[in-house]
Amino acid sequence: MIARSVPRAIALGYLAVLLVLPVGFVFYRTFENGLAPVWDALTNPEAVHALYLTLIMVAIAVPANTIFGVIAALVIVRSKARGRSVLNVLVDIPFAVSPVIVGLSLVLVYGRTGWLGETLGDQGIRVIFTPVGMALATIFVSLPFVVREVVPVLREVGDDQERAAETLGASPWQTFWRVTLPAIRWGVAYGVVLTTARALGEYGAVSVVSGKLVGETETLPLHVEQRFAQFDLTSAYTSAFVLAGIALIVLLIMQMLKPKSEATG
Amino acid sequence: MGIATIYLTVIVLIPLAAVAVKSTENGLDGFWTVVTSPQALAALKLTLAVAVIVALINAVFGTLIAWVLVRDRFRGKGAVNAIIDLPFALPTIVASLTLLALYGPKSPLGVDVAYTRVAVALALLFVTLPFVVRSVQPVLHELDRDMEAAAESLGARPRTSFRRIVLPNLLPAILAGVALAFARAVGEIGSVVLISGNLPFKTEVASVFIIGQIESGSLAGAAAVSTVLLFLALIVLVLINLLAWYGRRHDR
Amino acid sequence: MIDVTGVTKRWGDFTALDDVSLSVPAGSLTALLGPSGSGKSTLLRVIAGLEGPDGGTVVIDGQNVTHVEARRRGVGFVFQHYAAFKHMTVRNNVAFGLKIRRRPKHEIRARVDELLELVHLSGWADRYPAQLSGGQRQRMALARALAVEPRVLLLDEPFGALDAQVREELRTWLRRLHDEVHVTTVFVTHDQEEAMDVAEQIAVIDQGKIQQIGAPRELYDQPANPFVMEFIGPVTRLGEQPVRPHDLDILLDPADGAREGLVRRVSYLSFEVRVELELDDGRVLWVQLTRARAAELEVSERQIVWVRAGAGMPAAAPVSA
Repeated sequence: MIARSVPRAIALGYLAVLLVLPVGFVFYRTFENGLAPVWDALTNPEAVHALYLTLIMVAIAVPANTIFGVIAALVIVRSKARGRSVLNVLVDIPFAVSPVIVGLSLVLVYGRTGWLGETLGDQGIRVIFTPVGMALATIFVSLPFVVREVVPVLREVGDDQERAAETLGASPWQTFWRVTLPAIRWGVAYGVVLTTARALGEYGAVSVVSGKLVGETETLPLHVEQRFAQFDLTSAYTSAFVLAGIALIVLLIMQMLKPKSEATG
Repeated sequence: MGIATIYLTVIVLIPLAAVAVKSTENGLDGFWTVVTSPQALAALKLTLAVAVIVALINAVFGTLIAWVLVRDRFRGKGAVNAIIDLPFALPTIVASLTLLALYGPKSPLGVDVAYTRVAVALALLFVTLPFVVRSVQPVLHELDRDMEAAAESLGARPRTSFRRIVLPNLLPAILAGVALAFARAVGEIGSVVLISGNLPFKTEVASVFIIGQIESGSLAGAAAVSTVLLFLALIVLVLINLLAWYGRRHDR
Repeated sequence: MIDVTGVTKRWGDFTALDDVSLSVPAGSLTALLGPSGSGKSTLLRVIAGLEGPDGGTVVIDGQNVTHVEARRRGVGFVFQHYAAFKHMTVRNNVAFGLKIRRRPKHEIRARVDELLELVHLSGWADRYPAQLSGGQRQRMALARALAVEPRVLLLDEPFGALDAQVREELRTWLRRLHDEVHVTTVFVTHDQEEAMDVAEQIAVIDQGKIQQIGAPRELYDQPANPFVMEFIGPVTRLGEQPVRPHDLDILLDPADGAREGLVRRVSYLSFEVRVELELDDGRVLWVQLTRARAAELEVSERQIVWVRAGAGMPAAAPVSA
């Protein structure tokens, strides 16, 4: 066989240079000047609010996209509706669209001069430059994950069990709750984790939509950029450190769930 | 079906339609003027060129990494496998900061590529790494090892066996990964924003150009360039689906 | 010819092959027969060079190939699941070995045509393996292995993945092919009927050790131990010794050396009749009768009969190893 050690060395070297070293280095830089500056940065009201807002975004986007995801997956795999394969393709769109374009598109619809912006504005509803718009942006970019994870699981599981439940007298809702959902739960879980990671880390779309108003419409990723632009590197690194820490936890959970979501019960 | 469609339409389709419509606000002439303006062209050319190069580099390294993960055995392989997903889990702005810290001014390694095109490439390599790896891994895993044993018994050297047996069977997966990587690279913003310096005509990518247009109030211009990118994305989506179909044609 | 001497192979704590020795005469057709996990496939792969032994030697045509890589041993290998190069046409599959040896194109074409003719796949040359049936794919695999004129042909459960009927057809076909081509051939199977039908010589393997080597008839009539006797051919027990059901006879009246039994069941299979009996000590055995004999006796359920080892024929007793 091809000599084992050479490909392995190249592969590991590439990963070290590109991934491991940079991320590891940020941990170093964050604590370079000791714990005190880090603590100051963490407890800064702006930073706290940014984290809070980020978590709100996640709390909105994840449930919405999970419910949509499961419904869409059921439609794509189980229903006989015409256009379900179109739905399958359309769901992938957010993957192919730049976050900046997402932001732009929302401004064009909900902005002051946008399609719905004027009417909503008359009602006193503002979307752009508010968390509402930011939530819409976050939902957009993290939309496909649950669908994509559940569809193959649904296909793999097959509908035999659901048919059996039907013959035993279960209503569609009961069948869904007691048979389908348990069968797909790991796929859903994995999809939720991916959605969460994407929602947490969203930058481009939210950047355009939010107007980056410090203390009002600034999420943690935006806060990192803001602190960087103000040459407050310690704060920037600290916020990045928080995000990276959460990312590593997410990564860990992903690894635990991955084999379960791929094997079917 | 109804609920799913409405949700998708409201969240995704209507906004994107607004972009397409806005881009022709000043007619086709207006569209063309913006898109072919020197700064826009520079941004688009840079974006496309770097995206292609990065996709190809990660095609090679991604396949290599997938090979090592599937065929090789060593301690810590599980951790390495987990790390591949880091670009998916890490916020892009953090990626930009970390790359800047290590490969920018004040780099402990003495490597400073900040504010250069290399920086753009570096950032895009980071975020697109997992695509080819994750695309190739399952296919490589499922590959019938007996085919390689058969080739060996027929007299093929390992290199020949790889070239004539393994690679042709991996190609659809590699290409699918490349397409995904390319699509991601073309639209990337967060990881590029800090390390590239966003210098027009030098390190400004298309997405940064669009933000510039938005901030200076030329929404139509922003929409025009966005439409170009959307069109590219469409082609990529179609390509991926075709490749998936093509890759399955010999399966039975 | 192939000479395997003292070959041992271990996977960690598990010993797959334990001091195995085997001689395969040139041009012969030998079967490695054994149950799952017996080591027969491992032995085949050691001969092929796809695995390296931990001890012992493998000599092919006088050349010690124990540490020679598979690709330089001149062996042809056919896999249970065909290992077809699914991205290549049938023609290119068969041509593969010749192509990598850089033979001239016309030579390759002629040889491939010849082989496709031999395996009856001439009309399928430009199809892909996915378009072929299992039996056809296996014939293609054989043609592919033969293309490079191997000095030894090794087949690993070649018909294991096929339907019963196709299996039988290919069995006959393999025998005929061997008659034509005369390559030293070794094939692995767990199907004793297949081994008995096709092979000139059978090596029975169990738990990494060779149990007996011999011609089919020899193994059947003079099994070296109870394992071989039970693995090859049907076996039932009258008393402590295993005995062949067709070596037992049923009598309607008591006789010397015959034991009394109650008929529990009579089954009419295609060419044989099976009579299941319960003896006085509660043990159950079965007797195989010809239809003629069964008609003669007219046994029915719940009838009392007497059974003893074959009228005039000694019961086949295991020859101690």
